[in-house]
This record gives sequence, C-alpha cells and structure tokens, in this order.
Amino acid sequence: MTEKDVKIFSLSTCSHCKSSKKLFDECSVQYDFIDVDLLDKEEKGLIMKDIKELNPRCSFPTIVIGDKVIVGYREDQIREALKI
Amino acid sequence: MDTDALYEKLKNFQESKGYFFNKDSEKVNELLEALITNKERYGYMVCPCRLASGEQKDDRDIICPCEYREPDVKEFGSCYCSLYVSIEWNKGEISHEYVEERRPLEKMPGF
Repeated sequence: MTEKDVKIFSLSTCSHCKSSKKLFDECSVQYDFIDVDLLDKEEKGLIMKDIKELNPRCSFPTIVIGDKVIVGYREDQIREALKI
Repeated sequence: MDTDALYEKLKNFQESKGYFFNKDSEKVNELLEALITNKERYGYMVCPCRLASGEQKDDRDIICPCEYREPDVKEFGSCYCSLYVSIEWNKGEISHEYVEERRPLEKMPGF
C-alpha cells in the first residue's frame, strides 16, 4: 500500500495543531507542515488562498491526507484516513 | 510575565464568571505560553488557535477570552482552543467534542 501524502496547515501556537503533529509523530507518519502564522504577509496571502480551497472556513489545523481533507484535530477521522 | 503568573492572574476571576481552566494542565500551560507569545508578537493576547491579522481592531473578537467563548462553552462545554471549559466538561459529564470555528468568515484575515 503506497504511503499517503500528509500535509498540515497549522499555527505554531495552536494546541490542536500540536496534537495533530504529535499523533503523526507517535504513529511514525511522515508529514509536511506549514506554520502559517510564521510566514510573512505576502506568503500568508498566498497560502490562505490554498487553504480556502481545501477548507472554506480557513481554520486550523487543516489536514490533508491523500485526497482527504480533515478540519481540526479529529483523531478518529485521522486514524481512519491513515488506517492506523 | 510567565505562565504561572498568568495562570494565577486569570484563574479566580475567570472561575467567578463560570469558566474553568482545562483539567489538562499541560495543555493549559501550552496555551498560556502561546498567549504570552502572541502578546509579545502582536501586542495583545490573540487566540492561539486562530490566525491573527496583526491589526488589533480586526482581531478584537479573537483576543482571549474571545467573543465566541460564551456560546462555545454553552454548546460544547469548551472554548475553541479548549483553554476554558465548563465544570461538567472537566468532570467528563459531557462528551469532549470538536468545537467548530464559530468566527464569521468575513472576519478571517485574507492578507
């Protein structure tokens, strides 16, 4: 089974974002993340457009697992999407 | 100010209003630290789980305690970032559900 791409749009200060990263770390899941609050204004503008397409509410974390988008730290949905 | 001082400063006052710190002290400490970080970064304690615009007039509704705490705690027993909860939530008398973002979309920073 090919490993799914996992990406998190997060905030460096957000506890739900930290919980998501922690879950991935604990389950040895490779993932990329972008802490949007640490970007400069221009980069934030570009990223927010990407996030809005994935998650119209523009909230954090926005988690992409393969072609599935999960909004918020929802452990059950994350585990199911990753079959872990 | 460090997290212990902020904790002491907030606890009694917020409890008198019916809002209690999450029983998960590690999460509380993490969130208080984040509030202090945001205070240093923006000049005000914007919610750690929301993206600030950096303009205080535009972020007023998400300065902690945010405007959405009251309806969120009423509906879910927890505020959006789960710093403040109800007694029932802490006792496990109500389920710990994911709190949807209640902030209107038009208030979100577009940059």
